[in-house]
Amino acid sequence: MTEVLVVVDGSAATGVKKVTLELLTLARTLGAPSAVVLGAPGTAEALKDKLAEFGAEKIYVAESAEIDGHLVAPKAAVLARLAGEVSPAAILIGSTQEGKEIAARLAVRLDNGILTDVVDLKADGTATQVVFAGSTIVESQVTKGFPLVTLRPNSLTPEAAPAAGALTPVDTTVDAVTLGAKVLERKIEAKGSRPELTEASIVVSGGRGVGSAENFAVVEELADLLGAAVGASRAATDSGFYPHAFQVGQTGKTVSPQLYVALGISGAIQHRAGMQTSKTIVAVNKDAEAPIFELADYGIVGDLHKVVPQAAEEIRKRRA
Amino acid sequence: MKIVVLVKQVPDSGSERSLRADDGTVDRASASNVINEMDEYAIEEALKIAEAQGGEVTLLTMGPDAATESIRKALSMGPDGAVHVTDDALHGSCALGTSKVLAAALRTLEFDLVLCGAESTDGRTQTMPHMLAERLGVPALTGARKLTVEGSTLTVERQTDEGYEVVQATGPAIVSVWDTINEPRYPSFKGIMAAKKKPIATKSLADLGVEAGEVGLAGATSKVLSSAKRPARSGGQKVEDSGNGGADLVAYLSAEKFV
Ligand SMILES: Cc1cc2nc3c(=O)[nH]c(=O)nc-3n(C[C@H](O)[C@H](O)[C@H](O)COP(=O)(O)OP(=O)(O)OC[C@H]3O[C@@H](n4cnc5c(N)ncnc54)[C@H](O)[C@@H]3O)c2cc1C
Ligand SMILES: Nc1ncnc2c1ncn2[C@@H]1O[C@H](COP(=O)(O)O)[C@@H](O)[C@H]1O
Repeated sequence: MTEVLVVVDGSAATGVKKVTLELLTLARTLGAPSAVVLGAPGTAEALKDKLAEFGAEKIYVAESAEIDGHLVAPKAAVLARLAGEVSPAAILIGSTQEGKEIAARLAVRLDNGILTDVVDLKADGTATQVVFAGSTIVESQVTKGFPLVTLRPNSLTPEAAPAAGALTPVDTTVDAVTLGAKVLERKIEAKGSRPELTEASIVVSGGRGVGSAENFAVVEELADLLGAAVGASRAATDSGFYPHAFQVGQTGKTVSPQLYVALGISGAIQHRAGMQTSKTIVAVNKDAEAPIFELADYGIVGDLHKVVPQAAEEIRKRRA
Repeated sequence: MKIVVLVKQVPDSGSERSLRADDGTVDRASASNVINEMDEYAIEEALKIAEAQGGEVTLLTMGPDAATESIRKALSMGPDGAVHVTDDALHGSCALGTSKVLAAALRTLEFDLVLCGAESTDGRTQTMPHMLAERLGVPALTGARKLTVEGSTLTVERQTDEGYEVVQATGPAIVSVWDTINEPRYPSFKGIMAAKKKPIATKSLADLGVEAGEVGLAGATSKVLSSAKRPARSGGQKVEDSGNGGADLVAYLSAEKFV
């Protein structure tokens, strides 16, 4: 069977990102999944069990200080050479900022078409994309080369399918031209035990209606009771209520959880752009005319400062 | 310092957008078109650098004739001039094709720094800076929330999923900016008047030495097979809180098995 290259997202510190498990699951429908680990020495050793558990027959190990210490160019160079050697049926990458950047460079190096933000890929190479703030569904295809696709996180449910996971070293020498963008510092900001925003199956977001940074404790409390990630609208991040990293929407993260809870968010089109494909949407807003209610499966018209603490109390009661 | 800013005209993200039924390309003719918002942040950053250190700011756009309107608007913020690549054969270009054309145009310009938006609101691919960097053999620093220019050393702070990182390159280089980097200025009346007289150099594919068959629909490396409007979500139940809203909410979440 032809190999399908899956570019692994993750590190020894973070483990394998969930989107990678989705990619491995998808890869099985297209050919034989081969995971490609690109990172600091020791990364593959830390990730190999998980990759094998989810179906990686081979694990290509491309590890070097240069790959770790620069932005994506050396990763793309190594991948392009590997693709030249194995002629894959497809290359699948997570649709994160870095994933799209690797794909962009690969597309130029291989002169191969590229599709980003894909939510489904059929065995015949037909991809599904959701565009224009979630309003339009597109079926598309790469017409030059093989499917080089970035998949949006939370597009499918990962399924384990244990495979050999044979470690296979890869040549990591690269040209000097790929080493132009150096990483001087990498700062990890503690985010506690909450799930990652794009991977979470429940997201609880707060907007301007939350009122202040202190009041975001109300949003966090409900999130923690539901095992959810916390998100925010742009009005909330711009006002300094919550860090920009958690912004949902057109210029923030795109999330597609099972449940999205919008607290004090009006539902502007740019916010919808990042959450419209959520399975179930619940909203609390004191304005009965707020556009968020047009898409909410369940809405409470009321003051979130009363409704949310009461809901938290109710959950605790039910669990007691 | 010579700075080129990439500016794209896109359909307004705040209004209804669609794909053309005939060829699956973005319907630009019937849309209300604006400057891609993130590109305004790139223009602002370029102007700030030029104001602080001296320099020249040139805009570069690839797009239909009608994009001239957006270029004038962008010029009213303060840049010195613009290059507009326009050619009927460009219609339907994929990202790879666009990068071929923009790279060819950049080769005809002198630059120490290319600034662009981190992503466009129509394609949202985030691919252009890296495709251009790959073609031109220069470094790309992407998603900047802060940019420092010291001589030819460019230092960028960028947000990551885990926190942030500080990355550095020596120019000439490409830097894409996020909307957290600055607050774009509003054009002044004087700026709007001055923009009318600023030079816009129009270039065709022939001017850039790019074959028509390599770009546009003819040279596209991906294609849209079909598109459909997603069925609009319909609002579900809406309950007025009369003291029991929190409990009602939990009852719903419980019925849906989230609690
Ligand atoms: C180019 C561009 C990109 C953008 N990108 C994004 C993006 O990525 N993400 C994003 O979110 N936005 C984005 N926006 C901004 C977007 O247009 C809206 O301005 C923003 O989403 C509004 O945030 P909000 O709903 O929190 O605030 P508002 O629109 O001010 O809404 C606040 C809501 O809270 C309600 N409220 C107030 N107090 C209470 C209370 N006590 N209890 C209950 N409800 C209360 C109000 O009724 C109101 O509906 C973008 C805009 C542009 C132009
Ligand atoms: N046709 C174009 N003309 C000029 N700049 C462009 C064009 N397409 C993309 N860009 C630039 O590249 C950035 C990223 O776009 P994208 O890769 O399409 O998300 C945009 O914000 C623009 O600055």
